[in-house]
Amino acid sequence: MNDIYYKTINKVTNVLLFVEGVKDAGYNELVEVKLEDGRSVTGQVLDSRDGLAIVQSFGETRGMNLGNTKVKFLGNTAHINVSTDMLGRIFDGMGRPRDRSPPIYSNESLDINGSSINPYAREEPSEFIQTGISTIDGMNTLVRGQKLPIFSGSGLPHNRIAAQIARQAKILGESEGFSVVFGGIGINSEEANFFKKEFEETGALERAVMFLNLSSEPSMERIILPRLALTTAEYLAYKENMHVLVILTDMTNYCEALREVSAAREEVPGRRGYPGYMYTDLSTIYERAGKIKSRRGSITQIPILTMPGDDITHPIPDLTGYITEGQIVLSRELYRRGVYPNIDVLLSLSRLMNQGIGKKSTREDHRGVADQLYAAYSRGKDLRSLTEIVGEEALSANDKKFLKFADSFESNFVKQDYYEDRSIEKTLDMGWDLFAPLDEREIKRIKDEYIKKYGKWNNGAK
Amino acid sequence: MEGKIFRVSGPVVIANGLDNPKMYDVVKVGSSGLIGEIIKLDKAQAIIQVYEDTSGIKPGEPVENTHRQLSVMLGPGLIGSIYDGIQRPLDKIMSKSGDFIARGIEVESLDTARKWHFIPSVKDGDEVTSGAIIGEVEETEIIKHKVMVPYGVAGVIKGLKEGDYTIKEKIASITDSQKKSVDITMLQYWPVRMPRPVVDKLPPDIPLITGQRVIDTLFPVAKGGTSAVPGPFGSGKTVIQHQLSKWSDSDIVIYVGCGERGNEMTEILSTFPELNDPKSGKPLMQRTILIANTSNMPVAAREASIYTGITLAEYYRDMGYNVALMADSTSRWAEALREISGRLEEMPGEEGYPAYLGRKIAEFYERAGRVNVMSGGTGSVTAIGAVSPPGGDISEPVSQNTLRVTRVFWALDASLANSRHFPSINWLNSYSLYIDDLRPWYLKNVAEEWPELYQKAMGTLQKEAEINEIVQLVGYDALPEADKLILDIAKSIREDYLQQSAFDEVDAYTSIRKQYMMLKSILALGDEEEIALIKGVAMEQMADLEVRQKIAKMKFVKEESIEPYYNEIISSISKIKAIEPEKK
Repeated sequence: MNDIYYKTINKVTNVLLFVEGVKDAGYNELVEVKLEDGRSVTGQVLDSRDGLAIVQSFGETRGMNLGNTKVKFLGNTAHINVSTDMLGRIFDGMGRPRDRSPPIYSNESLDINGSSINPYAREEPSEFIQTGISTIDGMNTLVRGQKLPIFSGSGLPHNRIAAQIARQAKILGESEGFSVVFGGIGINSEEANFFKKEFEETGALERAVMFLNLSSEPSMERIILPRLALTTAEYLAYKENMHVLVILTDMTNYCEALREVSAAREEVPGRRGYPGYMYTDLSTIYERAGKIKSRRGSITQIPILTMPGDDITHPIPDLTGYITEGQIVLSRELYRRGVYPNIDVLLSLSRLMNQGIGKKSTREDHRGVADQLYAAYSRGKDLRSLTEIVGEEALSANDKKFLKFADSFESNFVKQDYYEDRSIEKTLDMGWDLFAPLDEREIKRIKDEYIKKYGKWNNGAK
Repeated sequence: MEGKIFRVSGPVVIANGLDNPKMYDVVKVGSSGLIGEIIKLDKAQAIIQVYEDTSGIKPGEPVENTHRQLSVMLGPGLIGSIYDGIQRPLDKIMSKSGDFIARGIEVESLDTARKWHFIPSVKDGDEVTSGAIIGEVEETEIIKHKVMVPYGVAGVIKGLKEGDYTIKEKIASITDSQKKSVDITMLQYWPVRMPRPVVDKLPPDIPLITGQRVIDTLFPVAKGGTSAVPGPFGSGKTVIQHQLSKWSDSDIVIYVGCGERGNEMTEILSTFPELNDPKSGKPLMQRTILIANTSNMPVAAREASIYTGITLAEYYRDMGYNVALMADSTSRWAEALREISGRLEEMPGEEGYPAYLGRKIAEFYERAGRVNVMSGGTGSVTAIGAVSPPGGDISEPVSQNTLRVTRVFWALDASLANSRHFPSINWLNSYSLYIDDLRPWYLKNVAEEWPELYQKAMGTLQKEAEINEIVQLVGYDALPEADKLILDIAKSIREDYLQQSAFDEVDAYTSIRKQYMMLKSILALGDEEEIALIKGVAMEQMADLEVRQKIAKMKFVKEESIEPYYNEIISSISKIKAIEPEKK
């Protein structure tokens, strides 16, 4: 059947083709669309019935017509050739080289949709990744095999934070670093160049694979791109035993593309026009992070998304948060005050933190210090909004200490340099320094023995 | 007559020419034999939801009707298993297809080769009825699996003998009044969408003790009750469900991970075998069944997973056990309904959900209850469903339909979670409609004054919210002393009592006795301080009382040393009487 071309397109929209007379197109099967001018565009079957196939085109439908545009069904679902030669290379949203080097030849060709990892085969992620960023390491610890997104807003420095994490991330006591698979989804060329330059400068490019779909390029490729990136990551992790860090930016563009297809298919929309199956669809991307018992490598995911209107209840961050194991939320307020990295710790969370911290991996007081930092900062911030109404004078002496705590927490603990790589020891010690001006009995979240051991109250004056 | 595929659209397949298709018949779709279920009949076409990924499936491929309903296999060996949404054991899938789940895999739900030691509890020649218990096997160290007469079978039993049998071997035969004889094995099938019959329902007057203070004290759920846990992401729904699975005093726990994270199921699999059931001291897996249909597994099987879970729960209930079913999260199940409904091009109701959403949710929760079972005893199924409302806004259809049928509402609160107050159950919005039903139990088993303590604690927290509004306007210093005292007690209730760490060895579980002592300590201190205030003592004079520290640390005191610790606190509190007002 591979040489049969159908010339029976009876309807074209900006993303869909309706091909008549097709008897046995497979669901999700790839198709090649040949235009009159010789261009060819790839597509995929979205709905197949006896006599009609609905095809989603990944490229532009510009120039397609109903008489002479031909469609060939390729007989298989989307695959990508994978090999370690991909390291150091840059590809486009369909997996074609965009760095003027030859395409990848390999015996290994993998279905880009992957298969779900059997939950029984998974290993619980528990190895602490030191990112060198205090607010992450100390309070929202990332572990190997986790999926921890960055919830950002337009104009915030999420790319710098992601690049800093990629540069500094390491497992204590291991020399082997992370390989990076980078998926740029609908980003502009400046952002793409930023990452390219960043990887080149730090020498990370040779252990990185980049997939780029620029904002000027077909939006349908954005649906394919994260799957190409993750299939590559799975190959590197599970076949080549590498520890892979996958950065996907910007997932908001991915969801927009998904909405575009859904609208074109005239599906019943869910919230804000996004399709009802967006949760399931996103999970087939995010759930591809993890560790498998019988294999050495791992996939850690840091997807980045910009929250439309900084609204965390928008469907994109909302559904993402329900799937991922926590979230790092960036704050516009901190950014305005010049704090980098502008991570809002109160809204951020790492669900796998407990598995990765403690005596064996970081330090015994880690949990307590983190809880206490949260409690004290939250109290300080509440007081800050209270003083806006009643003035600072109305606060008790004790409350004033908490108010000051919140300020110094932001300017010392949260704020750090783009090239500052703090060890976890340093981060925790900074926490204890911050507690020192508070009354010792206000330290309720930390066990007494650790207060005695690490606290700064015992030497001399209280 | 063999059917043929006419159309494929995601998890929905339409087939022509099936042999006598009936609603909810299980069919095998395509040449790889994917499992599906008929959900609609339209003239000659059968509309099928497929429980596996349909990529590559083509029109023209065969469809075979099995003429069975979607059923679960019931018998010894269920406990300790981890299944997918249609009861395929994930460990066996792994040994067949490796680390990733392949399609069209056929595995049996139960081990049919394993021999179980069967001990009869009735004699040859006894008259037995449907659902009667005829013997038992030791399924795990803590669970005796009662072997029951299948439904629709009754009569005189014979051929019973103690011995080792597989679940498919005959253990007895029953001859009915028409002299028809039926062979009995330890294996039964039951269609998941049909509730198992019971004699009648009983009032919910025994609490499910969970060891979680905010739940047991303020918002208890009865054995056989229903509870909804809605909350935005990160508010700790899953942690609460895990805590209840670990610590609740049910005999059996069935945990349905419905469209949730893979790593969460892994966490259960790696922690439960190491944790011990507080009642028996044996590993928790010996009383647990897991059903894992994670978010990236096929969406139709997610829809089935809830029914698979509750059918297994009913089966153990029928043996006379108290079963707790955790469904995390019912929103994902509802979304699966929505997705399928959308593919069927049905007229949508609210927010794209099908119009029958409310009915389906109500039907599910109605399968919970404490009941007189067919075998003569009582058993219960407690259903606790997490709800994941978009943006944390519970005005959406799944939350609203759930709240209409469940009697307990644990409202998880993002702002509490953000300031790391866990469990983040909001005490002002949550409720339990079982409070009155359970009062006699608490009076009898905890303390005469329990209802009083409960009222006082709730009242103080309510009052705190009111006073805090005033503080926002005038500042703390302007408050009268009596109000400052209330803020103080409320703070202690919140921080020293309601906050409970799931990750601290001691704090994770608090017995109901210890809960009483803790609450009593906090409130007794408040009472004494109130008397002192009336006498003219200032709040500041009492701010540094050592007993406050003791109360704050009480949650970390082990159960076995709590009695003397409590007595010390009470005696320190009684010394407050001696404080005299400072002369100005």
